[in-house]
Amino acid sequence: MHIVNFTPFSALIGGALVGLAAALLWWTLGRIAGVSTILGNALTERGSDNGWRFAFLAGLLAAGLGAVVFFPEEVHLDLAAGGGQLAVAGLLVGFGTQMGSGCTSGHGVCGIGRLSARSIVATLSFMVSGMLTVSVVKHLL
Amino acid sequence: MKRCVIAFLSGLVFGIGLIVSQMSNPAKVIGFLDITGSWDPSLALVMAGALAVFGAVYWSIRGRRAPLVAAQFVVPTEARIDRPLLAGSLIFGVGWGLSGFCPGPAIVSTTFGNALVWVFVVAMIAGMLLYRFLSGRSVMTDVRGSV
Repeated sequence: MHIVNFTPFSALIGGALVGLAAALLWWTLGRIAGVSTILGNALTERGSDNGWRFAFLAGLLAAGLGAVVFFPEEVHLDLAAGGGQLAVAGLLVGFGTQMGSGCTSGHGVCGIGRLSARSIVATLSFMVSGMLTVSVVKHLL
Repeated sequence: MKRCVIAFLSGLVFGIGLIVSQMSNPAKVIGFLDITGSWDPSLALVMAGALAVFGAVYWSIRGRRAPLVAAQFVVPTEARIDRPLLAGSLIFGVGWGLSGFCPGPAIVSTTFGNALVWVFVVAMIAGMLLYRFLSGRSVMTDVRGSV
């Protein structure tokens, strides 16, 4: 193993912004900024309390659009797979995050931040299986 | 309305954070997960930065009875480390490793003009609906008055 492409400053600043966004949602609305649960509930929950979820998702899209329009040189998208592999991956990510009640944001940031044992275990689990998967795909196949 | 404006701002800042940190670039994520090859530790610092800010706010307002513009804090009350938690997280990790996408960055990068991101996101939504259909679960957060 050797270290490559390390970008500590942008990582820390970007991470702090993610934490700030999650803190804002928690302090004001009392909600966990877990993207997979927000999206899953937005798709299936019926009722008047769904607007904030669509607003949060719209904010994510607005960030992407804003970057494309105003800072196109900051937008990097290097895909690691073709359409077939991405479709399989998408199914697994969608299914797994609902079954496991969260993803990198809900478990990895908010859950660990709250010192939830479930979230710590979940985060270790998807980190380990993600690392194993990359090892197999990149170095064994 | 006020709550939607705040949620939009939160999503906006969240998305900007993902772009600044390059979490929205699958190659960067794969580089972090590739510990047996050429390792890029940046994403550990993304999590560290996010945890530091969120944790500081969470623990400093802990004990309040209600958030600023809602009636109550809403948190998952399930405490057991059960099989769905483990199996689901392991399955998610496989998809994460295959693609370099987790849900937040995938949604943000649908705006980057590459149709293959949409392939991932449509499949992800299908996977979400499939699990919810099979399990009969619709809403996963339980309400608790205060934390």
